[in-house]
Amino acid sequence: MENDKLVIAGHEFSSRFILGSGKYSLSLIEAAVKYAGAEIITCAVRRANTKEHENILDFIPKGVTLLPNTSGARTADEAVRIARLARELGCGDFIKIEIMRDTKYLLPDNAETVRATEILAKEGFVVMPYMYPDLNTARDLVNAGAATVMPLASPIGSNKGLATRDFIQILIDEIELPIIVDAGIGRPSQACEAMEMGAAAVMSNTALATAGDLPMMAEAFRKAVEAGRAAYLSGLGRVLVRGASPSDTLTGFLR
Amino acid sequence: MENQFFVDSEVLSEAALAKKHKLENDPSCRTDHMKYMEGQQQISSDIMQKVMSQVENYDPSVYTANDVMRALDKQNPSVEDLKALLSPAAEPFLEKMAERARIETRKHFGNTVYLFTPLYIANYCENYCVYCGFNCYNNIRRMKLTMEQIEHEMKVIADSGMEEILILTGESKTMSDVKYIGEACKLARKYFRMVGIEIYPVNVEDYKYLHECGVDYVTVFQETYDTDKYETLHLMGHKRVWPYRFEAQERALMGGMRGVAGSALLGLSDFRKDALASVLHMYYLQRKYPHAEISLSCPRLRPIINNGKINPQDVGERQLCQILCAYRIFLPFAGITVSSRESKTFRDGIVKIAATKISAGVSTGIGDHESKYTGKESDAEGDEQFEINDSRSFKQMYSDMSEEGLQPVLNDYLYV
Repeated sequence: MENDKLVIAGHEFSSRFILGSGKYSLSLIEAAVKYAGAEIITCAVRRANTKEHENILDFIPKGVTLLPNTSGARTADEAVRIARLARELGCGDFIKIEIMRDTKYLLPDNAETVRATEILAKEGFVVMPYMYPDLNTARDLVNAGAATVMPLASPIGSNKGLATRDFIQILIDEIELPIIVDAGIGRPSQACEAMEMGAAAVMSNTALATAGDLPMMAEAFRKAVEAGRAAYLSGLGRVLVRGASPSDTLTGFLR
Repeated sequence: MENQFFVDSEVLSEAALAKKHKLENDPSCRTDHMKYMEGQQQISSDIMQKVMSQVENYDPSVYTANDVMRALDKQNPSVEDLKALLSPAAEPFLEKMAERARIETRKHFGNTVYLFTPLYIANYCENYCVYCGFNCYNNIRRMKLTMEQIEHEMKVIADSGMEEILILTGESKTMSDVKYIGEACKLARKYFRMVGIEIYPVNVEDYKYLHECGVDYVTVFQETYDTDKYETLHLMGHKRVWPYRFEAQERALMGGMRGVAGSALLGLSDFRKDALASVLHMYYLQRKYPHAEISLSCPRLRPIINNGKINPQDVGERQLCQILCAYRIFLPFAGITVSSRESKTFRDGIVKIAATKISAGVSTGIGDHESKYTGKESDAEGDEQFEINDSRSFKQMYSDMSEEGLQPVLNDYLYV
């Protein structure tokens, strides 16, 4: 476990839990990072694009990698503009692409996401696209220069867990980039399950933001992610392998 | 007792008074409120038909406690469920509705509350809407701010810390034309991250122009969706045309606006029907324009200058709370704004249940921010549209909301 690192475009991280910074009190960000053991924290550029009064960026502890996101973008062009603004604001080169043309479910627009990834990867960004778990799109994202692929587990904020489980498994099995499960993870057990499946990391915001005790929930997520990762690395027992396994072998007659 | 809206001013000429009385007492002298006036763009849309067919068939009295419980059990309530939640049968379930609404609000918005302030730049009006302080027959101090005055007001507001502004005018196309409003919005972009407007409805081209000037959110209140009642309240002026107003939000979206808001003014007609219409209006708009950010308000009638007795009738705070919970349960992702028409106690409570945005540092008068914010006196001020209830400053609101455990958000927006 000690040498087990999450590697994103050459950057190494020990933590596999990515934390969101929206939806809760700015003064709690530091504690959330600490208890979650997070090394990456996301932040909406539109929240950071504010005047001096309580700028969210000032609340993010030093040493944590900032992952600005393009939420609010409705097209690839808007996402590209927001990403460039993030760079100008001093948010670094990491960018999480979020493009939504639907205000009800906030589902990502895969086609536009591929387009934005291609443009931003060429500009030297470390592009982490949020997407609906579709294998063809994931392959397009790889070809477009994405650093990771971030499929959604269920709609943002829904806390419904791994509604897209089987499709995320396909991405994990087929895509060589880190698969980071994003959105809809409502409880630590769901984060743990995603990690057991072989996800490279998990990202969560609402589940923590709306918990009764945010730091305690952050810690619970940290432990769950670590447990899931350890289970994955140790090789899960046969009972959890997909498909049935008859006790009398079918090929026993062969000599 | 029903609201008595008609007030005669001593300063009106005999001819003006005679015309006013004729408008009030002789329906035959009033124009057809369902017919578009010259220059009013007619778009092809089925939203009005969809909303109004539901509203016309809505009988709040037929719903039972069982219907309400079934609605509350559903993950995705239907329009029928919404009707049950807005009905009198739901009143005993208010606490349950609030619990459910709270969960939905937190899921979608977390522990945050957005703050904004309105800025009225002119109060001239060509309409005779009998309940409104700006109506053309009401004897108030009229004023239209110059660009210098607007900029001064904006500076005062921006200095307080506010980052989102809503620009309002009375409905006079002559005194405050689209160009004038557009220039004000360009100025607003200099001082604020987010600019919305609440002005008279305009055509798509004008919304496009205003969007280019920096506006991204358009609020239009339908006042009442009861067209017959509407006719008796909006006696003269372009606002008299009900369908043109109804289609304002859709024209705004066609003009490239990012989001729209709307509502009835509760207390004018049957509030359950008006609430149903308000929420369905936004619901069908978002279904047709899935990228649109939609938002609901919930204004209730308030007293105005020269008529301090105007009140919201049977829409008490419990009813208002029920309406807002129903809105939230049916449209978990929609913004809900609660203005300073409501009391401190109500607003402090409702932000924990359903509301996502509240105003602070509010004045509904013209050019009086400096005197209201700093106490520095000024004699050049225009009168208010209505009396506000919650007069907390931005600073006070920020600290009150923080104390309620909510993170005040001043800006969540990029003009792209």
